[in-house]
Amino acid sequence: MKSQISLAFEKCKRENRPALLTYTVAGDNSKKKSLEILKSISQHADILEIGFPFNAPTADGPQIQNSTYRALKNGFKLKDAFQIVKNYKKMRNAKPCILMGYYQMVYHYGEKKFIKKCKQVGVNGLIIVDLPWPDNKKFSKLCKKNSITFVQLISPTTSKERMKKIIRDSHDLNYLISMLSTTGGKLKVSPKRILKNYFKIKRINKSKNMVIGFGITNKTIGTLKKADGLVVGSALCKGISDSIKNRQNPVIKLNKMVEVLKNKII
Amino acid sequence: MKVKKGIPLIDQHDKNGFYGGKFGGNYVAETLKKPIDDLSELFEKCRKDKKFLKERDDLYENYVGSPTRFFKLQNLTDHLGGAQIYAKMVSDANGGAHKIYNAITHAMLCKKAKKKYICTDTGAGYNGKMFSMVAKKFGLGCKVFMGTRDIERQKPNCDAIRKNGAEIVPVTSGSKTLVDAVSECIRYWVSNCDKVHMGIGSLVGPNIFVKICGWSTAQISRELKVQLEDEFGEIPNKLKLINCVGGGSSAYGFWSEFFDYNKKHIELIGVEAGGPKNSKLHAAPLSKNSKIGILHGAAAYCVQDNDGQISETESCSSGLDYPSCSPIHCFLKDVGRARYTVATDEEAFSAYKLVTELEEISPSLEPAHSFAEAIKIAPKLDESNIIIVNSCGDSLKDKDIIKKRLGNYIR
Ligand SMILES: Cc1ncc(COP(=O)(O)O)c(C=O)c1O
Repeated sequence: MKSQISLAFEKCKRENRPALLTYTVAGDNSKKKSLEILKSISQHADILEIGFPFNAPTADGPQIQNSTYRALKNGFKLKDAFQIVKNYKKMRNAKPCILMGYYQMVYHYGEKKFIKKCKQVGVNGLIIVDLPWPDNKKFSKLCKKNSITFVQLISPTTSKERMKKIIRDSHDLNYLISMLSTTGGKLKVSPKRILKNYFKIKRINKSKNMVIGFGITNKTIGTLKKADGLVVGSALCKGISDSIKNRQNPVIKLNKMVEVLKNKII
Repeated sequence: MKVKKGIPLIDQHDKNGFYGGKFGGNYVAETLKKPIDDLSELFEKCRKDKKFLKERDDLYENYVGSPTRFFKLQNLTDHLGGAQIYAKMVSDANGGAHKIYNAITHAMLCKKAKKKYICTDTGAGYNGKMFSMVAKKFGLGCKVFMGTRDIERQKPNCDAIRKNGAEIVPVTSGSKTLVDAVSECIRYWVSNCDKVHMGIGSLVGPNIFVKICGWSTAQISRELKVQLEDEFGEIPNKLKLINCVGGGSSAYGFWSEFFDYNKKHIELIGVEAGGPKNSKLHAAPLSKNSKIGILHGAAAYCVQDNDGQISETESCSSGLDYPSCSPIHCFLKDVGRARYTVATDEEAFSAYKLVTELEEISPSLEPAHSFAEAIKIAPKLDESNIIIVNSCGDSLKDKDIIKKRLGNYIR
């Protein structure tokens, strides 16, 4: 059976456009608001990535860190992330959800228990930033057994040989990090070069979907639309920060932002 | 699970970088896999290279100044009236602490990798200072990541870092101490690993950083072994080696020649920061039985809350104020080869004061924790026992903190 994630990509391909993946942090800027944000942006997004906060992140840029610390300051607990997904999934036409975070939170909760809980609340995929291949083999198998897509990351430093092995062991979705950066850095490589590298990697196995992320904003998203999917995270996290600063409603602000992003890729 | 004889402890990991099957590893972002593999390959090559070793030994001898002194603290011994107490004066090392050994190796590796920039973290400021020194010596650009809370409380070392031409990058996230400085330093490396070499300031982080650090500080116990034989004609029979443990690089370096001895013969005692006496906060994951957590690329005992978030720590000594500890010390704890305990802030201040008043030396607040343990146990032991404390820092850097706390500063 095809996963919800694969089906979402197929739909986008039929519409001749890349999938739009958003990243927001669970509990930012409150549990209630972050659920409302998900419900609202899912009008335009195809897949929702949802970060579960950890207070010693080693690969997040400042924007996502701000969101993370905001959520933690408001008393976020891991169980809230599960609750948020569960409640979101009650919505009609709910989109696939990918939880993303650091291994400490999974390890502390217990790998098996974590995956069970994900399945129970309707999580479709998992990204664990600091659990790279081959250390993730066991965990990735466990995900598969529970029909959860374990998303593998590929970076500009990943060697060709390593890429082949990662892709061989991957499920139906991989994630290409656009450049050497934490999340949200300015795009320091030209879109043309990113796409060239992207298609080189795609050739290893064309049947697997691959998205591009890191540094994508409404200014650059249009130039990368040949990819299977594009992830926008920091720009949205910054949108929440800005709306708080300007006393705007982050739900409305994010809905507009995601709508603009969507319009750039259709 | 046990310590294997005749093999350096840093090398007793499995192919995934775990000690005892569960401590350590390489929990890093995909981007860092390649730079870490490259660094591992380079290090393994260099440590077998005679030229590299000779250059290092020359630097240790002529630049660091080896050996650092070893002598008896007669007044303290008399005052406590029990075991004989000695000090290994690692604070004699150029720069004033053990951190210089690791910094030198990293600068040499940075050169070998043909990189022009080096970055590191710092808590007490010593590690940052040492990296700034070697960067200057080797002609490298240097960035030092430091929590703003530590920048405030460790001014003398910050001044030294800047004077050497390195940049201090203030870290304002989280608790604004060492834990956040290390996170930020790793994040910087993620973005700049093509041009920049990273050195971690203690026996922590992904496996290769644990290895490089331990390989470097091991110089301390190589010196001590010779000094013991000079002083006693043999390795004394009832020996206790006391060392403070932040990340654990100083303790590893102090002990590394002695793991193969029976623990009744040579007892290894690690002292963690117990924090203020009446506070729940501490920085003692080993002594206070914290659970295993994943922090900064490694699995190790780590102070954390019941949701898995890394907890705030508290200690008067910036150098020990870290929620986790080295995978190697976790392993040593579990196999029972070392014993770990705490000293409170209050005990550390008293120990600093007593030692400074009685002796010619003046330990910083980190080794003051070790002296606190020596002061506790010496009176209960007879003079056939030899206690050696690694005095791995000088109180000068803590002048302001001590003055504020005790009213005046003596050295
Ligand atoms: C003087 C001094 N002693 C001890 C330590 C703790 O070092 P380790 O991480 O080696 O345990 C530090 C760390 O900054 C230090 O500056």
